[in-house]
Formats: sequence, C-alpha cells, structure tokens
Amino acid sequence: MNVRLYVWQRLTAALMLPLVLLHIAVIFYASRKGMTAADILARTRGSIVWASFYGVFVVAVAIHAAIGVRNVLAEWSPLADRGAGIFAIAFGIALLILGLRAVAAVTL
Amino acid sequence: MSDMPSELTVSLWRGAEQGRYETYRVPRRDSQTVLDVVTFVQRHLDPTLSYRFACRVGVCGSCAMTVNGRPRWTCRTHVSKVAKGGRLEIGPLENLPVIKDLATDMREFFEKWQQAKGVFAPSKTRHDAIEQIRPDSAERLAADAAIECINCGVCYAACDTVRWNSDYLGPAALNRAWTLVNDERDGANVARLEAVAASGGCHACHSHQACQEHCPQALNPTASIAGLKRRTMAAYLRGEIKA
Repeated sequence: MNVRLYVWQRLTAALMLPLVLLHIAVIFYASRKGMTAADILARTRGSIVWASFYGVFVVAVAIHAAIGVRNVLAEWSPLADRGAGIFAIAFGIALLILGLRAVAAVTL
Repeated sequence: MSDMPSELTVSLWRGAEQGRYETYRVPRRDSQTVLDVVTFVQRHLDPTLSYRFACRVGVCGSCAMTVNGRPRWTCRTHVSKVAKGGRLEIGPLENLPVIKDLATDMREFFEKWQQAKGVFAPSKTRHDAIEQIRPDSAERLAADAAIECINCGVCYAACDTVRWNSDYLGPAALNRAWTLVNDERDGANVARLEAVAASGGCHACHSHQACQEHCPQALNPTASIAGLKRRTMAAYLRGEIKA
C-alpha cells in the first residue's frame, strides 16, 4: 500500500465511523418501534437526507473495502500489485453498483 | 549455580537453505553466552561450522541468530536465560537467505536501507556555520529515541510483514529513515519521504510490534514507522510528495 491508498482508506474510515454508528442506531430504532417495510419506505421515499446519507455511505464503503481487498490479495494471493489492483477496482465498482441500486430502490 | 547441569545439548543448523539440525554436547559454564556455545563448537568440535561475530559486546550487530525459536543477539544472551532443560536450538536468522550454517546473506537487508534513503544527505558545506541542534527539541528527541540501532537484523527476522511481503523495507530501514527525517541538518527528506511512502514502505506495516518486542536495544521501530506514516500523509496532503 502506498500513501495515496493509505490516505483514501483512512479518510473513508473516518467518514464511515459516524455513519456506521447512525446506521446501527437506525436499525435499533426501526426494530424497537416494530416498523414494517411500508413504514420505512414511507419515510425514505423522496427523502434527500436518507438518499445522501446512504449514498455517501455506499461510496465510502466501495472505496474502503476495495483498498482492503487489494491489500489482502497483494499480501496473501499469488496476484501481484497490478492484478490485485484490477480485481479490487472491479470489486469496488460492483459494491458501488449494488449499493447505489439499493439506495435508489428505497429513496426514489 | 549448584543446580546447573554440567553439559548442554545444543542443536545447530548445518547446511544452507536445505540442511538439518545436528546435535553437539557443550560444557556448561558460569556466565556463558549463546555465542560462547557456538564458538566452543567451532573451536573444539567442528571447525567447519560457519557463523558471524565481531565485537562480542553488543555493539557490532553481527552475531544475531535464532535461539530456541526467537531471534536474539547471541553475544549478549546468557545461556541461563534461554536454555530450557539444558537444551539450545540455534539456527540462522529467518527472512534472510542462508549462506551456510548460522550465517545469512544480509545484502537485501542493507540494500533496503539504501532504498529507504537511510544515508545522511548533508545540506551544508564545511564553510557554513555548524547547525545548532537543541538537545530538547522535539525532532532531536524523536531521533534520539530511534538512533541506537546496531543493524543486527533481529527485527527484520522477527517481522511477519517481511515474511509475507518481500518488497517491504522492514523495521530497521524505516527506523533509520525516521531518525533522518528528524535530523534538521539533512537535505533529502522529500526523496526520503517519497521512498518510504511508496508500495512496500511504511504503509505496509501492520503494527504487529514484533520488532519492538525483539529489539535487543529496546528500540521501538513500530513507533518510528507510525511517525513516518503521519509525516508522509501530511506531506502528501500538502502536495510536497507524490504517490
């Protein structure tokens, strides 16, 4: 890992820290209140706040996880830095598409 | 020491990468060091045994070996501290190619010092005034904490990251770079920070801290590497170095 990847991984980690805590709090809130899927969708549909919250979260996750997977592959698999980097970019794009699709499904 | 056995059973690595442990019986003596044991074998039992030492007093960093599974400086390691049940197993340092018996090829270890720009780069000539360094300045204190490295290679042999990443510069080279980063007289810090911020540099460290656990000089290379991570990140964000 070089300093550029290190900075991106640490910055996205710092960004995700409050997002993860809030995400867990939301899960607790929704389950304690016994909210149904319809109740939740009624709150998230058309909400710029929830779309931004989970949109930013998904982007941060895609970057952070891809760098982590790249490091694991570079250190533990026969792939060299380049091969691990290509795989990690593909993995990050897949996470981004899946995540943004889910965000769109509950907010649009 | 009345309960001291009269003899030690010593297994020594014989051969190069391919080889085996051979067992010798060595008389037990007061205040005996592991290096004394190896020397006894070479002088009295098998003169073909190869190993490396020079000063015998913990200064030169030549005599590091693997003793009962741990990398140690053998000249300052007393047998009484490490021999379990009168047995010693002594092998070459790990993470380095074995030349023969207990002697490893340390070229890659020292080449990585060069890669990490571990050489002082003067910023002045003899005609300039001598730089005044305050002993209590933050930079001098940081350099002091890391300066007593004897290049023995114990940290390099103990490091898990070195074991699985052959490009990793290793704790000693990065610790050396950290002392120079804190040397106000040095004029090559942009190149040095770029060298240690590249792939295989300080950011490859996983902070397992085996280096500081095993360092015979009780240095903390992990802390030096953490310092380099902070310093390179700040320099990168300010645009002073390129990734």
